[in-house]
Amino acid sequence: MNFASLILPLTVVFIVVFGFVKKIDVFDCFINGAKQGIETVVSLLPVLTGLVVAISMFTASGAVNLCTKLLSPLFSLVGIPEEVIPLCILSPVSGSGSLTVFESIINTFGPDSVEGRIASVIAGSTETTFYAVAVYLGSVGIKKSGAVIPCALIGDIVSFVSASLAVKYFFT
Amino acid sequence: MSIEKWKILIIVILFGSNWGNFVGYIFCFCSYIFNMLNYIWLFLISISFVCSVFNGTAAELSSSVFEGCADAVSLCLKLLGVMCFWSGLMNIAEKSGLCNVVAKILRPVLKRLFPGVCNDKEVMNAISMNVTANLFGLGNAATPLGIKAVKNIQRLNPDKTSVSPDMMTFVVINTAALKIIPSTVAALREAAGAQNPMDIIFCVWISSAFAVISAVVAVKIIGRFMKK
Repeated sequence: MNFASLILPLTVVFIVVFGFVKKIDVFDCFINGAKQGIETVVSLLPVLTGLVVAISMFTASGAVNLCTKLLSPLFSLVGIPEEVIPLCILSPVSGSGSLTVFESIINTFGPDSVEGRIASVIAGSTETTFYAVAVYLGSVGIKKSGAVIPCALIGDIVSFVSASLAVKYFFT
Repeated sequence: MSIEKWKILIIVILFGSNWGNFVGYIFCFCSYIFNMLNYIWLFLISISFVCSVFNGTAAELSSSVFEGCADAVSLCLKLLGVMCFWSGLMNIAEKSGLCNVVAKILRPVLKRLFPGVCNDKEVMNAISMNVTANLFGLGNAATPLGIKAVKNIQRLNPDKTSVSPDMMTFVVINTAALKIIPSTVAALREAAGAQNPMDIIFCVWISSAFAVISAVVAVKIIGRFMKK
């Protein structure tokens, strides 16, 4: 049993007990809040269907391999090993896809190899950018996303580069 | 000085003096292309089609359409559960005043990040809860709490169809995933037989901190460009 797996249950218990101590009808209060959640998710379904289908087509068509080929000279220029590049391409677009790639990297090279460690840091420090943008902007009906996606991608690229540099600095 | 050196000097001066503008133009161009979710969607679908024709993966492509539809529904079902659960818990936390406590702790940092909404208590409470969930690595909780925060930011947004600067900052902080404990990755590393699954934690901090900082700085700079 490690500490990390205790955080979630602890948070839940803490919120409920704190509410009880402050003399709140915790269960009634919970039900009232939960009702509001349903509507949001229902309004998200069309947005997510559109995006998930497009991403699923994108990965199935082999476009990811093409991107990997096109971008690998750029990525190796900044010190990202070739084996990790598919993870970098997938992690902004597909959460489940990038987890699969991550697992295959740590199983092929070993979790304690340089590639495995870089992949771990990248998987630990990025979120599925397109999914997050679609969910957050979709839930309030924003049509013009402004500079959100370029900025988020800048953040992703910075995290890939700093992941490779940090692992190379601390573990070799 | 030889002619070669002169050439290099002229090129350096030409590009050097225009470097700031050049970067600005590229950003403006990117922002224009990426501004409309319409274009991104069109791009993803048409690129997929072209690629599948060249790669001969038409069969995979057509089955991926239906898989995608099914995935979207199962994703929503999953989200429906956590959304209800965390909205409920959030309601307790709000009524009991726990949100106020968390918001007060994070206020010095969040005040700077979200100057447009920092005087609205409800918005700041929601943002604080989302940031806390992210920091603890509670990805499942962070999304519902984040949706709540975005809805609150939208309430103060004058133009309901365009993203506001504070909303940009908020979304970018979430995509960069600042977290203290990378629990999913640690679990997978343990399963793959790592000596010490958590030994990458310091690198994760560095990398996600850099990601958050650079993304927020980019938002602030581009936000200024787009206002002009």
